[in-house]
Amino acid sequence: MATSAETTSSESSAASAPAASAPAATRPTSDRLSVPKTYKLFIGGAFPRSESGRVTEVTDARGAFVANVAKASRKDARDAVRAARKAQPGWAGATAYNRGQVLYRIAEVLEGRSAQFVDELQRVEGLSAAQARRQVEDAIDLWVWHAGWTDKIAQIGGSANPVAGPYFNLSVPEPTGVVAIVAPQQQGLLGLTSVVAPALVTGNAVVVVPSAAAPLPAISLGEVLATSDLPGGVVNVLTGDPAELAPWLASHADVNALDLSGAGALDWVELEQLAADTLKRVIRPVPGIAPETPQRILALTETKTVWHTKSRL
Amino acid sequence: MTTPSQALAPAERAVQLLGADLSEVALRRHLEGLPGVDAVGLEARAASLGTRSIKTTSKQAALDLVIRMIDLTTLQGADTRGKVRSLVAKALVPDASDPSTPRPAAVCVYGDMVQNAVDALGSAWSAGKDDGINVAAVATAFPAGRASLAVKLQDTRDAVAAGADEIDMVIDRGAFLEGRYGKVFDEIVQTKEACRRDDGTYAHLKVILETGELVTYDNVRRASWLSILAGGDFIKTSTGKVQPAATLPVTLLMLQVVRDWERLTGERVGVKPAGGISTAKDAIKYLVTVAETCGEAWLDPHLFRFGASSLLNDVLLQRQKLTTGRYSGPDYVTID
Amino acid sequence: MTFLDYAPAPESTAILDLRPEYGLFIDGEWRAGGGEPFASVSPSTERQIAMFASADEGDVDAAVRAARAAFRDVWGPMSGRDRGKYLFRIARILQERARELAVAESLDNGKPIKETRDADVPLVAQWFFHCAGWADKLDWVGLGANPQPHGVAAQVIPWNFPLLMLAWKVAPALAAGNTVVLKPAETTPLTAMLFADVCEQAGLPAGVVNLVTGAGETGAALVRHPDVDKVAFTGSTAVGREIAKALAGTDKRLTLELGGKGANIVFDDAPLDQAIEGIVDGIFFNQGQVCCAGSRLLVQESVHDVVMERLKERMATLRVGDPLDKNTDVGAINSSAQLERITRLVETGIAEGGEAWSAPCELPSEGYWFAPTVVTGVEASSTIAREEIFGPVLSVLTFRTPDEAIAKANNTPYGLSAGIWSDKGSRVLAVADRLRAGVVWTNTFNKFDPASPFGGYKESGYGREGGRQGMQAYLKGGE
Repeated sequence: MATSAETTSSESSAASAPAASAPAATRPTSDRLSVPKTYKLFIGGAFPRSESGRVTEVTDARGAFVANVAKASRKDARDAVRAARKAQPGWAGATAYNRGQVLYRIAEVLEGRSAQFVDELQRVEGLSAAQARRQVEDAIDLWVWHAGWTDKIAQIGGSANPVAGPYFNLSVPEPTGVVAIVAPQQQGLLGLTSVVAPALVTGNAVVVVPSAAAPLPAISLGEVLATSDLPGGVVNVLTGDPAELAPWLASHADVNALDLSGAGALDWVELEQLAADTLKRVIRPVPGIAPETPQRILALTETKTVWHTKSRL
Repeated sequence: MTTPSQALAPAERAVQLLGADLSEVALRRHLEGLPGVDAVGLEARAASLGTRSIKTTSKQAALDLVIRMIDLTTLQGADTRGKVRSLVAKALVPDASDPSTPRPAAVCVYGDMVQNAVDALGSAWSAGKDDGINVAAVATAFPAGRASLAVKLQDTRDAVAAGADEIDMVIDRGAFLEGRYGKVFDEIVQTKEACRRDDGTYAHLKVILETGELVTYDNVRRASWLSILAGGDFIKTSTGKVQPAATLPVTLLMLQVVRDWERLTGERVGVKPAGGISTAKDAIKYLVTVAETCGEAWLDPHLFRFGASSLLNDVLLQRQKLTTGRYSGPDYVTID
Repeated sequence: MTFLDYAPAPESTAILDLRPEYGLFIDGEWRAGGGEPFASVSPSTERQIAMFASADEGDVDAAVRAARAAFRDVWGPMSGRDRGKYLFRIARILQERARELAVAESLDNGKPIKETRDADVPLVAQWFFHCAGWADKLDWVGLGANPQPHGVAAQVIPWNFPLLMLAWKVAPALAAGNTVVLKPAETTPLTAMLFADVCEQAGLPAGVVNLVTGAGETGAALVRHPDVDKVAFTGSTAVGREIAKALAGTDKRLTLELGGKGANIVFDDAPLDQAIEGIVDGIFFNQGQVCCAGSRLLVQESVHDVVMERLKERMATLRVGDPLDKNTDVGAINSSAQLERITRLVETGIAEGGEAWSAPCELPSEGYWFAPTVVTGVEASSTIAREEIFGPVLSVLTFRTPDEAIAKANNTPYGLSAGIWSDKGSRVLAVADRLRAGVVWTNTFNKFDPASPFGGYKESGYGREGGRQGMQAYLKGGE
């Protein structure tokens, strides 16, 4: 699969290198020289290169060069958290209906670009066309499933509480805030969707480290998100080495929750300990929480209970 | 309340409403007895007024009215005599391609620029009379208002002496938020006195609430009422230096206050939203709000103004569109 | 011309591409009806819009059979995920064609374009979007795991919100896995016909949605059809009662959303300017032809005069006229029959000692119009305090204490809606507790959302539309 031959290169050589060695990554349907994409980070709605200037070479199943993917640093992680924090109140403040429509829009745009994702998954995950298509379709359906939860989850996770006194008493789930996620290492698109979408339902903002082995669909998903009316900064994608980035996110004081679903191969106990410094909510890699369950959505919420007097008349 | 009631400066309106023994306690009780404002309902009403569709002849009339209601404004530290001359020139000839274009109500400048504005206006200066362009001056240590009362009053007197027809003062938001309504009240009363000219007439007093710092609608209603009680001729939303400046809901609320004041006393007080209104489309929403809240009597530069600088040119572009049937562009209106 | 006379700003009807006549939509096809076709006229001009087929018993039977077959073969077996996708498609197409639907609705119903554009049609799309999300989440509606649809739903809807009521009925039914036969109201069938077109664009399988137009007999035949599993009706209490009787002893499920005589209670500490807006919205929205209208104003005696003065002032600014003008606030009454009923009830109100005041406005010479009217001096015993007028007429009563307000508000066989205006939260919640009404709005009125259950107490019907409760009405669990 993908190798991570780290290189440091100047902006210009990073941009021109793929073009020079592109043929391996293109389907030679004509003599035309292809124009390959530069895979950068996705932070605050923009696509910057890593401030470190580092990239990771991604190769296909046969070891041929596919792309140089930006390799995020701790400072990129810091910027991503800052962007997420800035965007979170607006996203949480949007109506549930509005959030639902945005998540559904993501599914629509993804469907329109599914060929690109099928292509990327085939190349970097070594899947057959049918397998790749299946993963893309499942990811689209998973976005739709989550789109339907935005205006319903409060009715599942909240309650009217019959307290013994003259009080109105209501509990509602609210987003916990900024969620840092180490995405599953398998199924680059579906795995990513299964952890990002549930965080978004209630209004969290996300900093996600996608699969190190298959980072291309993550950045392409960033392009989908950027064109789906999702406010910039609500999702931030840091391609790079999870082992390098996760401790910075786990220890970051301005992160509220840590989803370690894809951190099984890391020293995740240490990450959980780091998170405990600021009492972050943690989703462990094992046993974990199954995807496509309301529990996964509610795991990233806080229950707020409001008391109000009901006077005598 | 721990402090005993303090006497307030006598203001005719307040005396009539609260009685001769004006005190801080009486004022507070009065202001806090005003009905509350439901923010959701207020904003919904403003949004609904904003959906009115003003077309053809109505639009034509509205655009001209907007121009006549503009206080064409420059309030920069970098203002120079040249800049003020240029602003005045724009006020005199808003659109050289169409002599039927009306002129704005006033030019609004810092106090030290009043003389320059008066000179530049020449015979077009209203000099307190009804035809011509007024000169408005911001005063009382605008925009923050953080100076001694003596300084604020001298600031006002200087501008009036230089020829200002209108004074735009700022209230002491700090005192207001501390609940010292009496201090705010006294300053307005005394500033009003400082607007008095040698011949006994007064420059018109606009009281800037700086609603972006008062924040809540209940505060805006109280500050509006207080400013009117103290003798303000106009209540004005903002300095333009604080965000948010004028908004439609805030202006609607202030219009409801002046409407209520007229209902109570028969007196008409003006309203001036300032800052942030830069398109003809927005300005027309304000006219709709004025007409449907206070009635058409308020569609008059004596009772409603826009504090704006870039609004004029957008109105001119829309005016050209109505005349020619084509969309115009920024190269076809002049800068000031 | 004064500024407030606003030059005409008509919404263009060029967006509509109407057929001269519409058939019945059964099993995915248009077909003629066995009954005599009828015309729908525009209430603002009395001009004919189109002819519509009238379904007789045979047509109703064909529609129910089509729905049964679609339930058995296609829609019932389909995964919730796929049902949801069809509903999402419908929601999106409704959003795309929103303006066209708004214009058609205003034309056919007489309600202002401002309302169809900003309230009815956006809510229609939102309803489908919301219910689409439920289709694969039925395990969480509160009936336990794997709840089942009833089967064929017969749905009869009124003329006051033609497309919105269709959405309230069709969207949850389909999401739950039922198929439907729906009868739109006789005077407002147009947007249902456009909805059939939307279903076709969405590729909805034939027979899942069937539309039978016609008069009362068509509806009666539909709800009585033996192969119907679930009946949902919105309309008058009288007809609702008949349906309940007819279904007695059968195994058909029934939900009813019927009349109302909503109390809008204004306390002396109300945010006054917003309360005035809320009173206006409560009774003049959709010309007062709203089952949950705030048709009884209960105002505390100490603020009665100031409320009335301001209310009249505000009513004088309402713009009555062409429903397609974007500045119209109050449109036409839906039919001549309805206009007669309103007129008669107001006359009764005056005869019984009420004092009527109407907003000064010029009414068009053609069409069905009634000026916004307020009747003061109404007592709890007055006819217009008890009977639903279903028009732009507000009956004003007074009270002295919260207890009296509650007693008067509850003193009706209806129990659909109520409003409370007060700045004191503790009082609002206590009053809300004691009101026998299915929806209580505080410092607002006439708000609807697919996430929020709507429905009545007492003779205003039973069952809820919206939220989990709304989904439960179309599902059975634990049996």
